[in-house]
Amino acid sequence: MPSVNDILTTMEYGPSPEATGEVSAWLKARGRFGLLIDGAMTAPGPGFATQNPATGETLAEATQATAADVAAAVAAARAAAPGWAALSGHERAKWLYAIARNLQKREAFFRVLEVLDTGKPIRETRDIDLPLAIRHFYHHAGWAELSTDDFPGHAPLGTVGAIIPWNFPLLMLAWKVAPALAAGNTVVLKPAEETPLTALAFAEMCLELGLPPGVLNIVTGDGTTGAALATSAVDKIAFTGSTEVGRSLRQATAGSGKALTLELGGKSPFLVFADADLDAAIEGVVAAVWTNQGQICSAGSRIFVAETVAERFTDKLIARFDKLRLGDPLDKGTDIGAVISPAQRDRIQSLVARGVAAGARLVHSSAPLPAQGSFVAPGLLLEAQPTNPCMIEEIFGPIATLATFRTPSEAVELANASRYGLAASIWSENVTLAQDVAAKLVAGTVWINSHTLFDAAAPFGGMRESGFGREGGREGLRAYLRPAATPALTEAPAPDFNAAPCPEPAQPQAIDRTAKLYIGGAQKRPDGGQSWRVTHQGREIGLAPLGGRKDIRNAVEAAHKAAGWSKMTGHARAQVLYFLAENLSLRAAEFEARLAETGHDPAEVAQTIRLAFRAAALADKIAGEVIQTKPQMLTLTRPEPWGVLGIACANRQPLLGLAALVLPAIAAGNRVVAIPAMVQPLVAADFAQVLDTSDVPGGVVNLICGPRDDLAKVLAQHDDVAALWYAGTPEGAARVERDSAANLKATWCPTGRDWAAQDLRETLTQATQTKTIWVPYGM
Amino acid sequence: MTDPHLRNPGISLDRSWFEEITINTPAAEARAAHLGTSRSLKKEWQAAWLVNAIRCMDLTTLAGDDTEARVARLCAKARAPLADHILTGLGLEGLTTGAVCVYPTMVAAAVKALQGTAIPVASVATGFPAGLMPLPLRLAEIRYAVDQGAAEIDIVISRALALRGDWAQLHDEIAAMREACGAAHMKAILATGDLQTLSNVYKTSMVAMQAGADFIKTSTGKEGVNATLPVSLTMVRAARDYGARTGVKIGFKPAGGMKTAKDALNWQILIKEELGTDWLKPDLFRLGASSMLGDIERQLETHVTGRYAASHRHALA
Repeated sequence: MPSVNDILTTMEYGPSPEATGEVSAWLKARGRFGLLIDGAMTAPGPGFATQNPATGETLAEATQATAADVAAAVAAARAAAPGWAALSGHERAKWLYAIARNLQKREAFFRVLEVLDTGKPIRETRDIDLPLAIRHFYHHAGWAELSTDDFPGHAPLGTVGAIIPWNFPLLMLAWKVAPALAAGNTVVLKPAEETPLTALAFAEMCLELGLPPGVLNIVTGDGTTGAALATSAVDKIAFTGSTEVGRSLRQATAGSGKALTLELGGKSPFLVFADADLDAAIEGVVAAVWTNQGQICSAGSRIFVAETVAERFTDKLIARFDKLRLGDPLDKGTDIGAVISPAQRDRIQSLVARGVAAGARLVHSSAPLPAQGSFVAPGLLLEAQPTNPCMIEEIFGPIATLATFRTPSEAVELANASRYGLAASIWSENVTLAQDVAAKLVAGTVWINSHTLFDAAAPFGGMRESGFGREGGREGLRAYLRPAATPALTEAPAPDFNAAPCPEPAQPQAIDRTAKLYIGGAQKRPDGGQSWRVTHQGREIGLAPLGGRKDIRNAVEAAHKAAGWSKMTGHARAQVLYFLAENLSLRAAEFEARLAETGHDPAEVAQTIRLAFRAAALADKIAGEVIQTKPQMLTLTRPEPWGVLGIACANRQPLLGLAALVLPAIAAGNRVVAIPAMVQPLVAADFAQVLDTSDVPGGVVNLICGPRDDLAKVLAQHDDVAALWYAGTPEGAARVERDSAANLKATWCPTGRDWAAQDLRETLTQATQTKTIWVPYGM
Repeated sequence: MTDPHLRNPGISLDRSWFEEITINTPAAEARAAHLGTSRSLKKEWQAAWLVNAIRCMDLTTLAGDDTEARVARLCAKARAPLADHILTGLGLEGLTTGAVCVYPTMVAAAVKALQGTAIPVASVATGFPAGLMPLPLRLAEIRYAVDQGAAEIDIVISRALALRGDWAQLHDEIAAMREACGAAHMKAILATGDLQTLSNVYKTSMVAMQAGADFIKTSTGKEGVNATLPVSLTMVRAARDYGARTGVKIGFKPAGGMKTAKDALNWQILIKEELGTDWLKPDLFRLGASSMLGDIERQLETHVTGRYAASHRHALA
């Protein structure tokens, strides 16, 4: 050890390692871990070793859960579900409170164990992972107490299968387990193969607490265990991890009736405007890019800086490298620890090498890397163009790209040029600009003058291929509840779409009526140039246009052009909806006759008028919240429309079934491409005229008649349709869910419903996605 | 502080260096809070850093009831800030504080009490603490203190000029004070508690440096709020930016409100992280404090003996 005199010359910090005594003793005593099933740890089975990424040493062995193990865990969870759901909210709150308290009492143990298993610095497990996990259980103890009052008519889903990643093992456990248990569900959790240990310690803690058997089950293993869980008899899959695995889970659960929330990858932009506090933004990069060695889904891995300050900012950022301390994760003064595995290190290095080969210039910290363990030097890729693979693919390591922009609108354009939409940060002292940019960014979370802030009360989740569903707060809890069921109405069969001429005489008409598709505010003949005979009880009612792929394509383009609708106030949209009700009412008799003609209930007209009024009533009342997170922090949730939304209607209620989906969707600011009821498309053609006369701007509602499931497939596979509602058959719903996997489109499949009994608020909830905006303030 | 190369020659006022700067307060507060928890000093390292804090300390008395005898007692402590057994236990010898800081009328007493040491005497001046005196009197006070033997002058700026944004007059005043200091190094006290906003602190720091301040100093110790970490962060970043533009290293002195050994470590961590290790020495860093020394001495005794210490067993400052 150097003398005081020596240190006075160097003024170095010296080592400050955290003691690992209790944790090492625990690992040594256990050696091999079983699974938590039905309130007991099973005997350890064949499994895998888990390593300390900073040293490569083996810490313990965990069991590879087999399909039979997963089935046993699910059976235990299902058996425990009724009892757990039957507990009062207060009783469940007491359990969650006990978990929060005990996690707090074991905080030092968990933070050391998490460091050993992940390689992340102890400062982070101390200041981020543990406090947030504990807060999550406290917050959800509160939700357990309140959910019956706050979500009237809602019930737990049943049993939840949770699959979590290796980057925040205990925190992600908390994000899944706390809301699931609070809402009255039981859980089967699969931790990541790389990091099972804190989950296993958590299992022991729950056994110590006496949590009822089966309420929480933990199965360790690799992807095959996860796949077994995904196809097991659970009622929901909650997943955090890579976009690729998310896609396969979407496919695996399609048509199963399982609820699904996916929190996936990201390529989040970090926007530095000319008027930003540059030193603050530099520390923002440290938080955004180097927290957890960049292995964080919301990493601000695409930095864009205003050209006027780019040179100063870059110089400051490169100088900042020298202050980063890389090394022993157990040292309390370490900033950058190890990445999760040698494989991950190699993956990062190979992607960065591709980025360099594509023309980017790598600058990185000159700090020496430890001789053993999986370490990557923090760095920046300068001069990367949007074509660079490192600008496109998730690096999941301590390296970000840095590029420049000229104007705020260019910054937004660059930021939104991504298949992901998880998070973003905006650095500017101009509140006017920052709020506008926040509104325009496609991201589930926007941090203004901050990055990497989380709280149990703040919904977090992605847009686009970053997934769907939110975790945290009211939105997060809702994802573990089922709304009261709408009365059922069995779907009617599809008609025959024969486009050939028919020798049977049709009903005589004074002047031939021509029903068309409605695209971009205009009546359009179908691109295929075909119509089919609409019949009732063998009698021809008229000819309907037969829409096809290209009509869907044209309608989606028209809907994109109608972006102004989404920017209008709710008040302005309400006026249009009221006017629509007024015009429908003027033509009520005509619509009633039209419905009666095909044996449908004329009462649909009055129900639709009322629905339009209710949609108008709610249009200006769709509101977010100001939520409590941290001191000196305004945290807002904004329900935002999806943008372009596809809708496929059921057959039973040709007018109401269309209006019940389209009107709430547009009330919330979406533009829709709807496939009306196949059995009576002529109602839709008439409805288009009402839209036309009611000041609904062209492109806001597009109506494409034709074979629903074929057209729905086109919508499902369309990369520029943000969400899809499908109200047809369960089989069709399964196809829609499967076909939506390619771009991870959010889907809602309310099949077989009586739309006269639908709760409009449930529909409206589906019509938006939440953006959470963080704005720190201070003098 | 005798190396002439370390002086800041100053430049003429250039508003473009600071006028468009805005400091984000929550971010500065977050960074300041983070600094203290992201670095850790244990054992010999902690002891060395506490010793360094003594080396960089302006041991201060600035009270209405100061007397020559009181100043002499303070100077005795500056000569021997640690009890012999602690110093020996640390393997050190000849440790003194960085300076002694007093009112102009006490400079002579301090110089006398420090005879035979290399400890400089710093004097406040320019109508300390409010600075609301006619400029000629303020300049005359500087000359008086220098005449009395002060090697360093801690001037106070006109807060009114900073609050009004009258940067030209502020620059001229400080430049005149710098001239009056002659060979004595000048520390410019910004009285950040009066300036209130971090953006004001940054701008005022930059004007003071452009006007030739060798050091920028947070507070007189008499404002409602004295040295805080976010204010210090803002000032050292201003010093860093000034250095990047001019190549001149500016010293920094937080003063007032710092009482504990932990404070001494936190401020040094701030300096090392934001300015660099080069700044962790008396010619570029001073801690304006008095009671802090007592806590440091207790901590160091604990380090040496392994027993928790009592302040009544240490010599008073």
